[in-house]
Amino acid sequence: MIDLLYFAWVRERIGLPRERVETTAATVMDLIEELKAREDRYQAAFADLRALRVAVDQELADFSAPLSGVREVAFFPPMTGG
Amino acid sequence: MVGDIRVQAEPFDYGAECAAFAARARGAGAVVTFLGLVRDDGGRLARMEIEHYPGMTERALEKIAEEAAGRWPLSACLVLHRHGSLSPGEPIMMVATASRHRQAAFAAADFLMDYLKSRAPFWKKEFGADGAAWVAARDEDEAALTRW
Repeated sequence: MIDLLYFAWVRERIGLPRERVETTAATVMDLIEELKAREDRYQAAFADLRALRVAVDQELADFSAPLSGVREVAFFPPMTGG
Repeated sequence: MVGDIRVQAEPFDYGAECAAFAARARGAGAVVTFLGLVRDDGGRLARMEIEHYPGMTERALEKIAEEAAGRWPLSACLVLHRHGSLSPGEPIMMVATASRHRQAAFAAADFLMDYLKSRAPFWKKEFGADGAAWVAARDEDEAALTRW
């Protein structure tokens, strides 16, 4: 089981802030493909990966990052702090 | 180095924070502070909402502060960032750095600002007469990181 968190417009497009999923995906990219196959709203959220960032267990990561032993994956647009 | 990281919805008193920081930094020789305010965009902005990633935000800010402390001889540093609903003119965030000499304090404050703009998980949404829109990250902000 992995907790998925969504922020900003990713959260709005998917329509929820977090969910827990059962997945056998080996990498973040595999997980994205699984989600996109589920419903249109995931397709819409993950349509352009250049506009997305991912954090694995609260650390910024690449889409190729492995998911073995991971508890939390977050998807969000580029950050705009300050 | 004493790092003070705070992420909060409540407003803060910039003057009081500066005075408290300077009192803690006694003996440092130089204190630099920076305050970020919500721009009013010529009256077009009604309010701003700042969303963040609780847990990761604090970790990311601590990492950025540690990185700054590794580059410059800081005796203290403060990063305070708000989230939630903010009105034009309201303080969003502040940083403060203390060091023996001003060059290190200025450089560290500049570094903290550059990094927290694009490496701390905050997102701004603006609400105005034209509707609501997420603030897009600027290429210049990402490019600014290559300075360091």
